[in-house]
Amino acid sequence: MLIAKIYVKLKRDVSDPQGFAVKGALESLGFKGADRVHVGKYFVIELADMSRDAAEVMVRQMCDKLLTNPVIEDYTFTVEQNGGEA
Amino acid sequence: MKFGVVIFPGSNCDQDCIHVLRNVLGCPVKELWHKERDLQGCECIVLPGGFSYGDYLRTGAIARFSPIMESVASHAAAGRPVIGICNGFQILCEAGILPGALIRNQSLRFICKPVHLSVENSRTIFTRFEKKTLAIPIAHGEGNYFIHADGLKRLKENVQIVFRYCDKNGKAAADANPNGSLENIAGIINERGNVLGMMPHPERCSELALGGEDGLNIFKSIIQDGAR
Repeated sequence: MLIAKIYVKLKRDVSDPQGFAVKGALESLGFKGADRVHVGKYFVIELADMSRDAAEVMVRQMCDKLLTNPVIEDYTFTVEQNGGEA
Repeated sequence: MKFGVVIFPGSNCDQDCIHVLRNVLGCPVKELWHKERDLQGCECIVLPGGFSYGDYLRTGAIARFSPIMESVASHAAAGRPVIGICNGFQILCEAGILPGALIRNQSLRFICKPVHLSVENSRTIFTRFEKKTLAIPIAHGEGNYFIHADGLKRLKENVQIVFRYCDKNGKAAADANPNGSLENIAGIINERGNVLGMMPHPERCSELALGGEDGLNIFKSIIQDGAR
């Protein structure tokens, strides 16, 4: 089975208040190395039987049309062969 | 003027809008279920506030694909009036009918309180009234308006910024910004000027019994424009 894994995060020039809040929490716990934190989204899509090329074309369309908003978000994805855990 | 108020699953300000338009202003109002495509001859379409589709994915992201939104897009493209309030504004941005996006409030909190708005453009069909500062409540967790630099430049060149958050004297200062919106932006119109999106809720302050009626100015302006 093919599995698409899609990672979405806010663009660099969009303020990320969740990221700032998490960064502050990390610092208050004593972690000093986190210069900037981005909080994003992660989608796992189990795909019907199709070729990898077809899957990549379709996943890109899914991202552009619904899963992400190009005004504020960037995404990357992988399509992998996977028999079990997502 | 005949109004159509669109109801999505999760809309929760639809009845408030209908009440104001029908009972306070005496206009005919149709309820338009999101699965329909027929706007039933409505001249002005209202996309009300709420949490359409539970705000899943992003605010407005799923509602924008409701069947009725194709008709709303055609209505807007034909130059007819559309007003999106709160979640309605978010839906219009997701649909690309208005530029920019609404992201999480800077404070990460849901904010429900009265604010002041300065009227930045009094020449739109939505803002032909005397008052230059309005007191209108907000109620949102994701009202932080964002647009890229070139988009902001275009908004300014075309005078598309209609409302800014301001203090009670009308000054759009940083401390009057409740949610982190770019340049205190609270409401914008499209380039053609027939589609308004705003985060504050005019329908919640259109009767003195509710503490104010500044919101009526906006609805009355639309009605007067339609009568012309």
